[in-house]
Amino acid sequence: MRTESLTWRVVRAVSLVAFGIFFLVPLLSMVDFSTRVINGGGRTLTPWANLFRDEMLRTSIIFSLLLALLTTLLMLVLLVPTMIWVRLRVPAASKLVEYLCLLPLTIPPLVIVVGIANVYAWVSYLFGNSPLTLTFAYVILVLPYAYRSIDSALASINVVTLAEAARSLGAGWTTVIVRVVLPNIWAGVISAAFVSVALVLGEFTFASLLNFQTMPYVIGLLGKSDAPTSVAASLAALLFASLLLVLLSFVGRRTRTSKGA
Amino acid sequence: MNRFSRFTAWLALLPFLLYLLVFLVAPTLTVMVGAFQENGRFTLVNVQALFSGTVLHVLRTSLILSAVSALVGAVLGAFLTYLVATRPATSAFRRVVTAVSGVLAQFGGVPLAFAFIATLGFSGVVTEALRSTLGVDIFGSGWLFGLPGLILVYSYFQIPLMVIVFLPALDGIRPQWREAAVNLGASTWQYWRRVAGPMLLPAFLGSALLLFANAFAAYATAAVLVSQGQPILPLLIRSALTSEVVLGRQNLAFALAFEMVVVVAVVMTLYSLLVRRTSRWLR
Repeated sequence: MRTESLTWRVVRAVSLVAFGIFFLVPLLSMVDFSTRVINGGGRTLTPWANLFRDEMLRTSIIFSLLLALLTTLLMLVLLVPTMIWVRLRVPAASKLVEYLCLLPLTIPPLVIVVGIANVYAWVSYLFGNSPLTLTFAYVILVLPYAYRSIDSALASINVVTLAEAARSLGAGWTTVIVRVVLPNIWAGVISAAFVSVALVLGEFTFASLLNFQTMPYVIGLLGKSDAPTSVAASLAALLFASLLLVLLSFVGRRTRTSKGA
Repeated sequence: MNRFSRFTAWLALLPFLLYLLVFLVAPTLTVMVGAFQENGRFTLVNVQALFSGTVLHVLRTSLILSAVSALVGAVLGAFLTYLVATRPATSAFRRVVTAVSGVLAQFGGVPLAFAFIATLGFSGVVTEALRSTLGVDIFGSGWLFGLPGLILVYSYFQIPLMVIVFLPALDGIRPQWREAAVNLGASTWQYWRRVAGPMLLPAFLGSALLLFANAFAAYATAAVLVSQGQPILPLLIRSALTSEVVLGRQNLAFALAFEMVVVVAVVMTLYSLLVRRTSRWLR
């Protein structure tokens, strides 16, 4: 290891401080903006209390949480058995499934929204006009991220051998998937679930253009009438997402240690 | 496996394939086909509208925004990545930066727009602080809500995204290569110019393209920040979709969305070519 020159150490420190200012000032401004009294000194927590008082905001938070839950469940039900099945029985389909799962990364969500009107006419005909029907579109959005974490979990175990062992002991395919393979890829499944929750809680494009009042949509709306409350809600959402992703990093770490053991 | 059981094995994929057909493939095809239709008939009217002055101007602004924010994000992000990568993998500094980058890169959107309104908006914290202490009005004529503001705000998620996508490439550079170069008498400049630079260039360009596509497709931040006018393509699509004044602009929205697909497809193709080239070196 070379010893670092003084110039380099100064450059490093100065640039880190600059990056720190750029990334911290907007966050600190949110704290300040959401707690100050307009046209006067002092502090107030009214905008933060509004997060619980405002009827529309509260409803939207509940909708967003329900959406996150439903999207995660539907994504898991759709994706996990399919991916396990592809590895066990139809390896020929693995390229196709991978391509389809990663496709949403290359098609902007806005494009899907523009084309989805006909599909959603049927969805609201069958399921009513609830914001919860957004679940169907959100599953598509979270697909690439969920696919990656489940795929890497599946790659770290020998699915075929596990399945053959279970089958030779008389287990049916459902037992193989639910009781043999699933517990072995649990960490990947959990991390797929966390990413889905974080993405759904922040999603704005679909909700705003299909006019469903989810949390980000209502926060955007609030900006026009009550800026401090919308800033407080934004900061709360950001903190909540950070918390989720920190939890996610712990799940990831546990996978690595279990693999090493 | 006999033919029947192979058939039933494929059959089990049907729910998944049907779901993607309905919610991903069908909407995309609707856009592709709709771009060339009007009232159910094939026509090039909407595609021709893409070459009108207004749309070309908006496309130009979109491309400038994506290119500049990708360039700023790639250069500053690569530098920040280098500062991170030269710390040991277990250091708290490195963990914090990568975790924060994950949040800021993924979760931009609405909160981000409000963060900057709270900072640099008319009664933003920094605006008011400078107004009262130095008497300078940095809010000016509302630059935050135009192209310069969008570039600044987009950089806030582009730099962290660069850290996430570029860190693996920098980690792939072995310290031994530098030692080998130094042993052969190379200076730091020569090492970067002849060894590390060429090795990292494809990864850097690939990441920059990803940032470009990311900015080009971004919608939420601009939608909340800009309430008047349609300076960029996603906002023009919004106004074509929600326009209640002019009827029958749905197919213009299709054509605009089609244009977006074309741009992103070109960028992502270049990206995958570059990634393939990089993965040959960094293993």
